[in-house]
Amino acid sequence: MSSTFVVYVEDKPGVLNRVASLFRRRAFNIESLTVGHTDTPGVSRMTIVVGTDRDGARKVEAHLYKLVNVLRVDDVTSTPAVFRDLAMIKVQASAETRSHIMQLVDVYRARIVDVAPDSLMVEVTGTEDKIDSLLDVLRPYGVLEAVRTGRVAMARGAARTPRVRPASAALRGPMPRIPREPAASGPVQLTA
Amino acid sequence: MTRTSARASGRRLEPRMLTGAQIVLECLTRERVSHVFGYPGGAILPVYDVMPAYPIHHVLARHEQGAVHMADGFARAGGGVGVAMATSGPGATNMVTGIATAMMDSSPLVCITGQVSSSLIGSDAFQETDITGVTLPITKHNYLVTEADEIAPALREAFYIARSGRPGPVLVDITKDAQQGSCSFDWEAAEPKPPGYRPDHRPRAAEVRHALDLINGSARPVILLGHGVILGEAENLVKAFAERTTIPVAMTLLGIGAFPGSHPLNLGMMGLHGEAWVNEAVQQADLLIALGMRFDDRVTGKLAEFAPGARKIHVEIDPAEVNKNVPVDVGLIGDVRDVLEALLPGVTPNDHAAWLAHIDGLRGHATARSIQGFDDDGHLYAAHAIHDLWQATRGRALVVTDVGQHQMWEAQYYRHESTRSLITSGGLGPMGFAVPAAIGAKLARPDADVWAIVGDGGFQMTMAELGTMVQEGVKVNIAIINNGCLGMVRQLQEFFYGARYHATPLVNPDFVTLASAYGIRGIRVTERAGVAAAVAAAAAHDGPVLLDIRVESGDAVYPMVAAGAGLDQMIRRPAQEATR
Repeated sequence: MSSTFVVYVEDKPGVLNRVASLFRRRAFNIESLTVGHTDTPGVSRMTIVVGTDRDGARKVEAHLYKLVNVLRVDDVTSTPAVFRDLAMIKVQASAETRSHIMQLVDVYRARIVDVAPDSLMVEVTGTEDKIDSLLDVLRPYGVLEAVRTGRVAMARGAARTPRVRPASAALRGPMPRIPREPAASGPVQLTA
Repeated sequence: MTRTSARASGRRLEPRMLTGAQIVLECLTRERVSHVFGYPGGAILPVYDVMPAYPIHHVLARHEQGAVHMADGFARAGGGVGVAMATSGPGATNMVTGIATAMMDSSPLVCITGQVSSSLIGSDAFQETDITGVTLPITKHNYLVTEADEIAPALREAFYIARSGRPGPVLVDITKDAQQGSCSFDWEAAEPKPPGYRPDHRPRAAEVRHALDLINGSARPVILLGHGVILGEAENLVKAFAERTTIPVAMTLLGIGAFPGSHPLNLGMMGLHGEAWVNEAVQQADLLIALGMRFDDRVTGKLAEFAPGARKIHVEIDPAEVNKNVPVDVGLIGDVRDVLEALLPGVTPNDHAAWLAHIDGLRGHATARSIQGFDDDGHLYAAHAIHDLWQATRGRALVVTDVGQHQMWEAQYYRHESTRSLITSGGLGPMGFAVPAAIGAKLARPDADVWAIVGDGGFQMTMAELGTMVQEGVKVNIAIINNGCLGMVRQLQEFFYGARYHATPLVNPDFVTLASAYGIRGIRVTERAGVAAAVAAAAAHDGPVLLDIRVESGDAVYPMVAAGAGLDQMIRRPAQEATR
């Protein structure tokens, strides 16, 4: 099974390497990793999909917090969140097949972004399932090239990007905790 | 001008223009660094060039690995941050083993390396190595500094990160042009403020209450004590906690010394080569209270069979260690000292008399097989030599051990009464650690009677540091437990590889003659009666003394947890009759 993390990091050289190195070092398999800027200067945001179970996900989160440049880790695997993948697919298109393809693209609410005499370029966003499905139906026409961004995720609701705070404020802020189940009644159990 | 106004105007002098090299030393001075262990070279020479103007003593090692082990020994003995320095390329890569050692054992180090000029980075220049890349997985954090004005913030942050939370090594790689460049130096403005780094955790009240319920309700509890107790300076609180609850204390290799060896509640070392009764007590416990230890595979044996009937409380400063190897019932995340302060008011006194009597019963069975009970049969056993060394030093030495059989025998037979009196590498296990680490330890604690106990194999990995010892005038005594082979590997061959002793016999130099080449007094010991006499001679001698103790070659460390077996399934020493 997979777990999806949204990881906020300081936007500094080498931080991506530190994060990627951690997964390699601890023998966790990255299924997809995307990085980009946020609305906050100095903060980058990663969406990381890792092939691991809930127990492994807790370890990943705790190890990520040990990286000095990591600001916040959200495990959005089972929280309400929007997941999207973006793909561009270049597909062969002759005079006969072109209109068929365009109909399929409409059905998937994808867009044609480039037209050439023998091909079309399709841009599609959606869940991985939807993109897999579109690729399946386009494949008989001849997919020349396809590129996917990998999953990006955002939790629903009002949570926002962390600010880069001065150390004194950071020290007063809430402490990162060992990842755990939501507080249940009775004694706290750390294990699943 | 009055003194006050002079000081005030001194403050106003900042910021002032300094070179990057001067800033490095200014930062070290303000971090109260007294010793730097290092080896110069082209890319770090600007720093070396200005070093004599600062109140910092440089110790010239003979190899950069030795320099880092020295800084490590210095940190572990004295409780501060150790500082090692080297040049780019090979200087930096030679540090790797020492850095990995400090990482595995949570030892606070700042390693400073020179780097080729920033314009040359990436060009495969002479002595260029991507040392921040190389050390990424073996440092707590590292920095590549390419501008003079980045040096002070990086170094201050490095010291802060190295010593706070779970300590560890931090490497700062500084390009030559950054060392040579100038900028204004402002110590105050360089205050560390890493925004994502939050080292100070506190346990939640609900977790503390749950832990107290388990502690107060347990019938067969055992405390497992680790290095975190020493790093957190919680020794007195552990003693108070154990005494108030009358809970026996087992310890990891790195926990030795944190609890008095002669204390009635002290069980001794647990784990792979722990005493059998200790492991049996751990396996039979109904509650384990782990204090600042990380359930390393050397102390748990087969995980699936580890302490099957025990609830587990894990007191640990590093959240990533909780539930990493052993699932626990309560994780109390925080400094051992803070957590114990929170727990102590809530524990109820309990005599646990039946449980302690039961453990004593387990002990009796094992004592019969202890080599210390064997008659002197004319052979010199390492276990006897170390036992006699313990007696002759009255248990008061600061012992630094290397890695291998002698390390386990030391842990078994040298009884440590005080904290930071045993320095050893538990996590990485690098041979060659003892001699340089002992030099560092002696410089941190000049009044301590420092002994390096080392095998003949490990000694030869870093014996060049005898030169450092002599050049620095450091009085460290060395006891080579010389069995003419790589004993621990030989032992593995004996038990698990059909006694095929390939590549473990050693042809050694005459260590006494070798010592004399350095002007060090060497004493050969070949019989048991000679051990105490040699220790007395070493104590009476002004300079370093090297004992070449020729011990039985074929002996093995007992007891030993069988490979892949549960903690209480141990291979025991044959009774003395069987060895004859």
